[in-house]
Amino acid sequence: MNRIVKFYHEMGSPPSFYRITRHWLKPMLFLAIVLTLYGLIDGLFFAPTDYQQGDSYRIIFVHVPAAWMSMFIYAIIGIAGIITFVWRMKVAEAVMMACVPIGALFTVITLLTGMLWGKPMWGTYWDWDARMTSELILLFLYIGVMGIYSAYEEDPRKAARLAALVAIIGLVNLPIIRYSVVWWTSIHQGSSISLMGGSNGIKDWDMLRPLLVMALATKFYFIYSMLSRAQSYLLKTESKKQWVKQVIKKELSGDQS
Amino acid sequence: MTPTRKKRLMMVLMVAVGVGIATGIFLTAFKDNMMYFKSPSEVSQQNYPVNRSFRLGGMVKESSMRRIPDSLKVQFEVTDFAASVLVEYEGILPDLFREGQGVVTIGKMQNDQLFVAEEVLAKHDENYMPPEAAAALEAAKPKYKNTNKESN
Repeated sequence: MNRIVKFYHEMGSPPSFYRITRHWLKPMLFLAIVLTLYGLIDGLFFAPTDYQQGDSYRIIFVHVPAAWMSMFIYAIIGIAGIITFVWRMKVAEAVMMACVPIGALFTVITLLTGMLWGKPMWGTYWDWDARMTSELILLFLYIGVMGIYSAYEEDPRKAARLAALVAIIGLVNLPIIRYSVVWWTSIHQGSSISLMGGSNGIKDWDMLRPLLVMALATKFYFIYSMLSRAQSYLLKTESKKQWVKQVIKKELSGDQS
Repeated sequence: MTPTRKKRLMMVLMVAVGVGIATGIFLTAFKDNMMYFKSPSEVSQQNYPVNRSFRLGGMVKESSMRRIPDSLKVQFEVTDFAASVLVEYEGILPDLFREGQGVVTIGKMQNDQLFVAEEVLAKHDENYMPPEAAAALEAAKPKYKNTNKESN
């Protein structure tokens, strides 16, 4: 128990956060690349075709993991935002702002792959349907959080608090995205897989496996990208502190420990 | 927790709850007329906006689809198993459009009987499976129906 408490306190302080997590980058990136390659090859070449959509359904192996990440990352931004706002933790600020561009990227991927699939299957690229509209609002929220932050960039701590407030308000969109296909008659299909409901829509293991592998791969990519962004955020905002100077000195002398 | 932090936490919670309630009220208020979405039953009871485009959704009725000769027009019936509406559409139908599948059509009622669609969207359900699994399900279907009847 003491070790967990110690770890928690260490992660809250920028120097130890940097010292600990810089060793995690390479393994996370490695796992992300290996799992993405495996998931894509398995999904695009070996998974069976769908009985109605033929090969077109294979976009699910990119679309659904990206959509999960777009919401998962926003939830993390919300939690980090609350910590930022209430406890003013620097590491939480770094994590929050590091998440934003990654989440925006996954949202764009979700929207684009959905449009590419929608044209042949539904007959339209875009429809102002509840699911699509709320996902588009999610993209605007990501852009809004980035925009608010950069408007006050000369004072990063104040900027982070304002961005956190916008992010917290935007949390209301997450349940709307999740339940949009239930609450409204929507052109978008319901969830094939959910944490609570199991995988009712996809029972075939050869179809399910690449999807789950891709879901895992995107998580590892997220951890890698988020940590490396959070580290540079801390180095930048704490650049006048003693620990950053020591880090730079170490890097220059070529000491990798 | 220090008093300032408690105050900030309360503030964040109040903002979150307030935004949540406001959004909830907004969404319930607009739920019905946000989409103008009508079912065949509602249309057959004359409950539809006149001279205004709306959405008609349901299933394409089995063996109701026919092409009108010498044109790109197709006619089919959209049903919710209680009532059905005749729909006419000119254009290319999406890949997933087929009889017995979900469909969303956007257009106007030309008269009481005929819905002229400007856009036809096929709705896919959340089930994905290999063709063999679908064939096996199809083969087992009569059995399912019987068991359902017995249990009713």
